[in-house]
Amino acid sequence: MKIHEYQAKSLLKKAGVAVPEGIVCRTADEVAAAYDTLGGAIAVVKSQIHAGGRGKGRFKEEPEQAGVVLVRSAQEARENAERMLGNTLVTIQTGEEGKQVNTLFVEQGLNIARELYLGIVVDREVGGPVLIMSSEGGMEIEEVAHNSPEKILTEPFDLNAGLFPYQARKLAYALGFDKTAVRSAEKFLPKLCQFFVDLDCSMTEINPLVLTDEGQLLALDAKVSFDDNALFRHKDIVELRDLSEEDPSEVQAGDAGLSYVNLDGNIGCLVNGAGLAMSTMDLIKLHGGEPANFLDVGGGANVDQVSEAFRIILSDDNVKAILVNIFGGIMRCDVIVEALLEAYEKVGITVPLVVRLEGTNVEKAREMLDGCGRDIITAADLTDAAEKVVSSLSA
Amino acid sequence: MSILVTEETKVICQGITGKSGLFHSQKCREYAQECRPGADVFVGGVTPGKGGSDVDGFPVFNSVREAKEKTGANTSMVFVPPPFCADAILEAVDAEMDLVIAITEGIPVVDMIKVCDAMQGSKTRLVGPNCPGVITPGVAKIGIMPGYIHSPGSVGIISKSGTLTYEAAWQLGRVGLGQSTAVGIGGDPIAGTNYIDLLEMFQNDPQTEAILVIGEIGGSAEQEAADYIKSNVTKPVAGFIAGQTAPPGKRMGHAGAIISGGGGTAAEKMSALRAAGVVVSDSPAGMGDAMKEAIG
Repeated sequence: MKIHEYQAKSLLKKAGVAVPEGIVCRTADEVAAAYDTLGGAIAVVKSQIHAGGRGKGRFKEEPEQAGVVLVRSAQEARENAERMLGNTLVTIQTGEEGKQVNTLFVEQGLNIARELYLGIVVDREVGGPVLIMSSEGGMEIEEVAHNSPEKILTEPFDLNAGLFPYQARKLAYALGFDKTAVRSAEKFLPKLCQFFVDLDCSMTEINPLVLTDEGQLLALDAKVSFDDNALFRHKDIVELRDLSEEDPSEVQAGDAGLSYVNLDGNIGCLVNGAGLAMSTMDLIKLHGGEPANFLDVGGGANVDQVSEAFRIILSDDNVKAILVNIFGGIMRCDVIVEALLEAYEKVGITVPLVVRLEGTNVEKAREMLDGCGRDIITAADLTDAAEKVVSSLSA
Repeated sequence: MSILVTEETKVICQGITGKSGLFHSQKCREYAQECRPGADVFVGGVTPGKGGSDVDGFPVFNSVREAKEKTGANTSMVFVPPPFCADAILEAVDAEMDLVIAITEGIPVVDMIKVCDAMQGSKTRLVGPNCPGVITPGVAKIGIMPGYIHSPGSVGIISKSGTLTYEAAWQLGRVGLGQSTAVGIGGDPIAGTNYIDLLEMFQNDPQTEAILVIGEIGGSAEQEAADYIKSNVTKPVAGFIAGQTAPPGKRMGHAGAIISGGGGTAAEKMSALRAAGVVVSDSPAGMGDAMKEAIG
């Protein structure tokens, strides 16, 4: 689960991590007032959407307006806010359709001496959390890793003991910090690592992390995402979820206990098991088609859940054919066919449907398909299924 | 011979009074009895607070240690719900079970890191979590896979995915190959057993003549497996990687199946395996043929 920058900073502040002073605003009036309240000569007005690249992003309705701007008066703050609020911000991460900006975060301007990169993730190979830092603040870390890997510093830390001050100093000296900045790092870095562990984060990225002229570290940006599996013990974080930032079909699928990812192609897929679902997408592509989605109905789905899966696939207007690929284990093939026939009744399937079934109760399921009187294309194996569904598009 | 699950295996189920725990304990017991009539493989279960009771002929105990003492079990199959699962695994480790197979999906990553840290130096092997389990066809199955799709034979399977393993077993059957043991290692970022552990076991297992490795996007375990295969495995190896068409940054069902920071793509994994001499199938429909080709 992802949250907005302003939400992340509020959580960081609570955990004792230094962040700039900021005010959340939903109207242009509030933005102008926030400028005055902060009281500095410079303030920053930042669009709050989950996607990155906001500074370089521009609004569809206001092509000159950037998603993050520096302002020097309350009037300037207000004018910018008017061009931002309610409009659609397109960044490198939003795709062409962009995201509507409903919230702005106004922050105090800082005297920035250096911009750095900081990230914390779980490293699978280390088997624990790792703190990553780089002198290249504001850059995509992937790009730095590719072009100048020597500029990336990594420091694994123990989940229970946290990051020790000596580890913070090690990084600070490697980054060429002066005495005051090293002391700031000794406080800042362990607190941030503790935040990552305590809140079950899957990623905490501070890019840029800034060092002020006064030698203090501050989180100028904050991108935080959480381990979905741990949300049961963080009820307060669940409340921060912004459904308007998520794909509606993916939300609907999640509510039904299905795992669904919307893609750009035109062949809908309904599969049981994540590995087989990914493979089914690969198979379609290999045979010249384009998958419209990833959809795993899970191991023990019932008729209702499978019907819901059909409804979600069919609600995507791009879908011109459907491939059902089931290898029944716990999931019985006859349950799938029952749901499929119900979908014909209730949802109305008008596109070609190719079904490949194997596994538990497959004979019974095949009999049901044979006797149903619907125009369903059956396939004997994976290759047969892929060929049939791809050719059904041109038929 | 086989690996992990043998004729010596005796199993208890942690979480046996739950719906899934009981259902699969029953299925596993049936399978073992069909394979070896009279064999007593599934000997009981554990649910704290329900010790002394009985569910469908399975005696229930309050603790793993007690269950082990009274039944002689050496293996635990774990169906405990995610919030309590790390604790359940560690209880089995503390009771010095030889093998713990965690089926549960949805355990927080932080919990699994703690489990793996706490298991350092213990004698227990953990398989999973979020996995279908382990089957030695004709001997016993511990997990949720349908027994009948597997037949005894010479191929060892290592896989992150459940249904894709069923598909692989079915395709192997079509080219006349059975399995020595099929192991699901699970699709979570942090798992108890990895490819390398199992490659080593299969390499040393006389019954296993060839190995099928099924991977997916995310992380670099497959690349490390490729390095290991190159220098340590002399048996023929075939492979498949799911997620060639997965978009970056999106989690594809499994918690671990995500391409992040440009790393963990299917293409990287496939080329690493190929460079190690593994016959890699581009299509999920070609796993059986790839295994046949690797064997020659």
